[in-house]
Amino acid sequence: MTDATLTVRFFARLREELDTDSLQLPVEPGQTVADLLSDLASRGNAWARLTGDQPVLVAVNQAMAKPDTPVKAGDEVAFFPPVTGG
Amino acid sequence: MISVQTGDFDAGAEYEALRASGSGTGAIVTFSGLVRDSGDLSGVTGLFLEHYPGMTEQVIQGLIDEAARRWDVRQARVIHRVGRLALSDQIVFVGVSSAHRADAFSACAFIMDALKTSAPFWKKEISGDDEHWVEQKASDVDRSQNWDTGPG
Repeated sequence: MTDATLTVRFFARLREELDTDSLQLPVEPGQTVADLLSDLASRGNAWARLTGDQPVLVAVNQAMAKPDTPVKAGDEVAFFPPVTGG
Repeated sequence: MISVQTGDFDAGAEYEALRASGSGTGAIVTFSGLVRDSGDLSGVTGLFLEHYPGMTEQVIQGLIDEAARRWDVRQARVIHRVGRLALSDQIVFVGVSSAHRADAFSACAFIMDALKTSAPFWKKEISGDDEHWVEQKASDVDRSQNWDTGPG
């Protein structure tokens, strides 16, 4: 099942700290946003901050989501800091 | 109508467009936000703004739709710039035309307050060689939450 992937995107401070705009990651049935976040944090170094003290917001397919939101193949999952526009 | 763009905008032309929103229009309120010299840093010399293309526009459209449910809104216009901006540059424009001033004031303030805490934009302050991603302010969250308590 090499084609069962989703896209992860990072914005602003997270994009800079991780030096990563986007990733394709394999996804398994039943996975949630929280699973994805802990997998990414386990890469260590800057990635560990994804589950650290700084607030990280998440959107799935461009709608705000929560840790228990399920993710599936083809989804676009975005992680970003609290927003500061205007 | 919503525009997220790198280029500047003409607030006067936007006002004239709102004036043309029909003979039932009796009030227009516009807001412009500018790059200021102090924020989280002092001696700010410019900003860099980033957004989430697609989601940003969807969130703003949701705010305009909500404003139109709560108040009389004839026409609403939101422009937000992204990229590198200099001191005193225009960042954001919100304009609302309505039958009455109270609705125009409330709808404009609601869209602006809610945009600041829900539309995916991120602002980095630049001060000489120093750069700093702006932190979300509790006061902005409070202002936005004040609109949650029901129709204005």
